Amino acid sequence: MTQSQAFTFDIDANGIGLVTIDMPGRAMNVLNPTLIEPFAGLVQQLETDEQLKGLVITSGKPTFIVGADIDQLTQITTADEAFKLCEDLKGLLRRMEKSGKPVVAAINGTALGGGLELALACHARIVLDDPKAKLGLPEVKLGLLPGGGGTQRVPRLIGIQKAMDLITQGKELSPAKAREMGLVTDLAANRDELLAKARAWCAANPKPAAPWDTKGFRIPGGDSKSPAVVQVLAIAPSMANAKAHGNYPALTHIMSCLFEGCLLDFDAASQVESRYFAACVVSQTSKNMINTLWHQLNAIKKGQSRPKGFAEGQVRRVGILGAGMMGAGIAYVSAKVGIDVVLLDTTIENAEKGKAYSQGLLDKAVARGRSTPDKRDALLARIRPTTSYADLEGCDLVIEAVFEDRQIKAECTRQAEAVIPATAVYASNTSTLPITGLAKASVRPTQFIGLHFFSPVDKMPLVEIIVGQDTSDETLARGFDYVLQIGKTPIVVNDKRGFYTSRVFTTYIMEGMAMLGEGIHPRSIEVAGLKAGMPMPPLALQDEVSLSLSLHIAEQTRRDLEAEGITLPVHPGFAVVQKVGGELGRIGKKASQGFYDYTGKDKSLWPGLLEVYPPKPVQPSQQELVDRLLFAQANEAARCFEENVVRSVADTNIGSIFGWGFAPHQGGALQFINAMGAQRFVERARELAAAYGPRFAPAAIVVRMAQEGGRFEDPAS
Amino acid sequence: MTEAYIFDAVRTPRGKGKKDGSLHQATPVWLLRTLLQALAQRNQLDTSLVDDLVLGCVTPVGEQGADIARTAILDAGWAQSVSGVTLSRFCASGLEAINQAAQRIGSGMEDMIVAGGVESMSRWPMGSDGGAWVMDPRINSGTAFVPQGVSADLIATLEGFSRHDLDAYASDSHRRAALAQAEGRFAKSIVPVKDINGMLMLDRDETVRPGTSPESLAKLMPSFEMMGTMGFDATALDKYTTIEKVVHTHHAGNSSGIVDGAALILLGSKEAGIKAGLKPRAKVRMCSVIGSEPTIMLTGPTPACRKALNKLGMTPGDIDLWEINEAFATVPMKTARDLGVSLDRVNVNGGAIAMGHPLGATGAIILGTALDELERSGKSTALATLCIGAGMGIATIIERV
Repeated sequence: MTQSQAFTFDIDANGIGLVTIDMPGRAMNVLNPTLIEPFAGLVQQLETDEQLKGLVITSGKPTFIVGADIDQLTQITTADEAFKLCEDLKGLLRRMEKSGKPVVAAINGTALGGGLELALACHARIVLDDPKAKLGLPEVKLGLLPGGGGTQRVPRLIGIQKAMDLITQGKELSPAKAREMGLVTDLAANRDELLAKARAWCAANPKPAAPWDTKGFRIPGGDSKSPAVVQVLAIAPSMANAKAHGNYPALTHIMSCLFEGCLLDFDAASQVESRYFAACVVSQTSKNMINTLWHQLNAIKKGQSRPKGFAEGQVRRVGILGAGMMGAGIAYVSAKVGIDVVLLDTTIENAEKGKAYSQGLLDKAVARGRSTPDKRDALLARIRPTTSYADLEGCDLVIEAVFEDRQIKAECTRQAEAVIPATAVYASNTSTLPITGLAKASVRPTQFIGLHFFSPVDKMPLVEIIVGQDTSDETLARGFDYVLQIGKTPIVVNDKRGFYTSRVFTTYIMEGMAMLGEGIHPRSIEVAGLKAGMPMPPLALQDEVSLSLSLHIAEQTRRDLEAEGITLPVHPGFAVVQKVGGELGRIGKKASQGFYDYTGKDKSLWPGLLEVYPPKPVQPSQQELVDRLLFAQANEAARCFEENVVRSVADTNIGSIFGWGFAPHQGGALQFINAMGAQRFVERARELAAAYGPRFAPAAIVVRMAQEGGRFEDPAS
Repeated sequence: MTEAYIFDAVRTPRGKGKKDGSLHQATPVWLLRTLLQALAQRNQLDTSLVDDLVLGCVTPVGEQGADIARTAILDAGWAQSVSGVTLSRFCASGLEAINQAAQRIGSGMEDMIVAGGVESMSRWPMGSDGGAWVMDPRINSGTAFVPQGVSADLIATLEGFSRHDLDAYASDSHRRAALAQAEGRFAKSIVPVKDINGMLMLDRDETVRPGTSPESLAKLMPSFEMMGTMGFDATALDKYTTIEKVVHTHHAGNSSGIVDGAALILLGSKEAGIKAGLKPRAKVRMCSVIGSEPTIMLTGPTPACRKALNKLGMTPGDIDLWEINEAFATVPMKTARDLGVSLDRVNVNGGAIAMGHPLGATGAIILGTALDELERSGKSTALATLCIGAGMGIATIIERV
């Protein structure tokens, strides 16, 4: 009888074997050799043991199987290996599917990627009806595709178009939704019913065959030749690339699997899938995405940047000073995870208004069925609007989110510190003012830190933690823990002007405006921004930020630096801000006119731009513009790393993607350099410097890498 | 090089390409049989002197599949020694067939070839043959595929042609076609299509609407706006970065009509003509094809024309008469603008907007129309050109003899 560490196996009186997967040393089951090797024995037993009449597969953990083992996948270096890995797993699943005996997946929780694919190779899927459980094929989010038969079994179950939506978007479905779509055979109310239904299915279907192994099978909605499907196929790449701009090869590979596969029989189709899977695995894009959005993100969440040796802190009560947009958002995300919030503003109306922001978000969630009135009310009850500093008593953390004015901030610090416990951490949400300076107002500067949130707080995943000169390691650890507590991703940044994200983000916008000043067609600039993989093009983004704010910050910076006796070279993009935002008074979206004209929800480039900055008769290639936009950012990020503004490669990459949307397919600003190779980066940067100015001169750290070898990577922890 | 002469040109009238169209009940082989028999009869042709039938057909599936050229030869009762081949160069297939025939005659390897094309769009709709370019996401994505209508709208946007400009052009196409019909200018080429009993099915192009005006066309909804906004516009705008949006100006009334029809041209060497007792009407001076950017797709005629003209050391001013296929109103308008040709010399008897564009046949139809008009107006040189799917262009220059 098959037994292994990865699962228990018990055959009942009817000959149905119950496989309970519970991999040792892991919170969740994944498909890797530890599971697959003994699973192979199980399949063989199914084929040969006449006493064994069928299988029910379930999990001993709260989730079912959450996917392939990405760590194992990243060991793969050649397409041959990737193809073989895929084929070996699928061969096994196919034998199980064709065994002639019933195999039922009793899905007791989330089943993703390879986990769902294993379930799809079973003859039936009974799912525990837990609305929190997710079923989906999210491979595309790491630049991969479902290589365990998913691109073939899904269209054969629910049709090509629905399969395309599901797999290209990496959608995750609730069990009820998955059943409605036809991916799931039945739902069960509890674990007992789950197993009972699975066993009953086995008893009722002693000799099952997959629909696609049944004579006369047709793909629901038609195969790839059917006119309706051809119409979908004709526009699908355009629809995908309207957002992806051709930067995600996995998207087209998924569509190819569906198109080509749904012209062939199942076994040939399955091999086609393996070919495209292998192409994804060895692609630079998936390497970039896995490197950063998997390995580095996990390292961050495991506390790579958190000082060691301090007990894990938990915030029970947070005081938020200032109930504006940011304060209100921070109140919401804190209350959401069960933290009591004291939301303070100068008037009770303002404080109430800040709380009303949470009410608005929650009402919407209730209306959409994503929350319940009870949960909403419980969350709101945790937010206490006030005008009295005395109410901050007992807060273990205070976050100041008031106007960017040193004096006002200092006053807040003094008033709060008079009340809060001596052990409390005091944080400022400043995005521009140095923390060390702000900490001068504090009586406990070692407990003073920056927590820079991004707007809108409830959506943006990143918090930039700013460490001032006096900030202690313990304070950093506690700030770090709080950011994780509210479900966000912390990066740790040292206290230098512009910190990290604002500083690098500015180079992107500035480069776009410099191009405009040179006579590059404004729309070409915008298209280049999108093609570079940025979520918003530079001129539109500057309009969002507002040109007046940029002018204000630039002026403030100039004065600060002057006081320090420093003059920095002026970026050529700045002249454009002065011209358009200053001289022409087109200050941006908030005034309905900036680089764009705004009418209602629509915007279009201001036609006058072509007169102010007439396009040169010969325009550069789009690639040249894309290079400029990406090199400007990557080079500045490298400088930040070199200057120790950011402390780790992971923080630098994740901060770039989560903070300002740096092209995710490049894996972040430093991974962009890694992928290209330091030498090529330096050569190209020097070309750009010669053509457009010294700002492109490669960061010294990259020049050194080009000479001595090496790449951006954190020491193994 | 042997010179290739045109001895005769015949075509069916074009029938509305829908189930109520007058040629819908005629099979595509029947259309070809009609023309082949007429060609043999009116030229007293010993068909065994013909080497091959080269036939354009863009949707060679079903009754148009399995080499319809050879099928038609056998069905028409031509000598069995005449072979047949089917080709596709999308919308230029009919002219491509003629060009290949001229080149083969020019090579001296063959003496007499019938070339032309057929398309029964009502029976075998456009796109029914599929094709990797559209269906296969790898290719579709790699070539930034958009449907031709979106390409046409993109050209109009870039050229600044307004909806009214295009509608005015389209109205003119109808006006010119109606006049030509009234004066019998197509009589020399048109062979009426009769059914198996000899009952008349159609004897004139049936989609001409003489009263068409920009005002009447203004009521029509743009045809490609919905598919454009669903995603194709984004694809076009990723490549064409000086415009912010595609203005959708083409519609059923200023685009070529979907019709059924066929056309054939009899070509041969001078000697072959003498042997068959035929009088040459014109000679093929030059032909050319080029590839162009596939997303905008329909800008191929200009470079194709220039290529053919340059080879002859000619300029656009040396051409008396232009046939620029009216796939969409924007195509002849842009091509004429590019080449500095007055629209007075372009499609003088109307075009595909008024009379329709039976895909595989159109190239042969417009060359025949140009030849008839040269003779009628006493002019010498004509150029026929078409835009082509996936970004190609074709041109053929003929001269009366």
